Amino acid sequence: MEIITEEYSIKYDVATATITWQGIMRLNGKEYAPLTTLLNDVMAQEPTQITFNLQGLKALNSSGITMLGRFVFGLQKKKTIQLLMQGSKDIAWQKKSVKNFQRLMPKLQFEWA
Amino acid sequence: MLEIFGDFHEEQDESKEFLMIGFSPGSTSLQQRWRNNGLSADFLADYMITFFPSDENDPSTLEREEELKGAVAYIANELLENAMKFNDFSFESHVSLQVHLYTDHLTLMVSNNLPIENVLGFKSFIHELLNTPSDELYIRQIERADDDESGTTSGLGLLTMIDDYNAKLGWKFETIQQHPEIIVVTTMVQLSF
Repeated sequence: MEIITEEYSIKYDVATATITWQGIMRLNGKEYAPLTTLLNDVMAQEPTQITFNLQGLKALNSSGITMLGRFVFGLQKKKTIQLLMQGSKDIAWQKKSVKNFQRLMPKLQFEWA
Repeated sequence: MLEIFGDFHEEQDESKEFLMIGFSPGSTSLQQRWRNNGLSADFLADYMITFFPSDENDPSTLEREEELKGAVAYIANELLENAMKFNDFSFESHVSLQVHLYTDHLTLMVSNNLPIENVLGFKSFIHELLNTPSDELYIRQIERADDDESGTTSGLGLLTMIDDYNAKLGWKFETIQQHPEIIVVTTMVQLSF
């Protein structure tokens, strides 16, 4: 499962249950729908843990943060899947905003590069 | 009529540097304009950062420069996205974005006209934003987005500016014409260095 455009890409590796995010995502709200579908498809496979590798995602707008937040919120409600976010403190939005996802899922884990 | 909410004030001092960009509603499609938001925001951030010379031998100045650049790019993009999303394009008015640099802070201001039917809802959200603990409002906004299948409402952008970037926000609502009524809203964001 993957979505690749000129500006960004999102790829799911089944073997490691890792979703790798790259590029610049500043889409309008509705344009996030295919990404939400991909995320929901991954959730439906019910791996015990999902890893988000965000280290190549240089920019994300608040609509994108909302999309990720909705997914995290969905996992929290489901309770059976752990989430690990791998981020980079060199990327402004990650340093500032990624920690807030823990408000939605207290057991969310982080790894910082 | 003029109404002020939050931390909105006309600056007493003249800014050392400023830059203003205007967008005319009819010149390109909203889709194309959406791409320009990010381009404009990145340009503003790159431009402002030239006034903060960093010392290559001092990593803390480089880090501060990157942090400020990231903050300006994120906030300018959010302000433009909101303005483009809510601007009433039936009037021949433009959306403007200004950045002003002062001794110890900078301001970003975006102006757009607002459809009359959206004015009350926006004022109500501003009241909620200024009077609700951020933890609570963050969760509430994600829940609201979860209930909204179109994925078009968020409100998270303004909250992240305050909560994540320590920005001060203020708004000016100004009626510039009575018949038909046209209201211009200016959002002001202050970032301290």
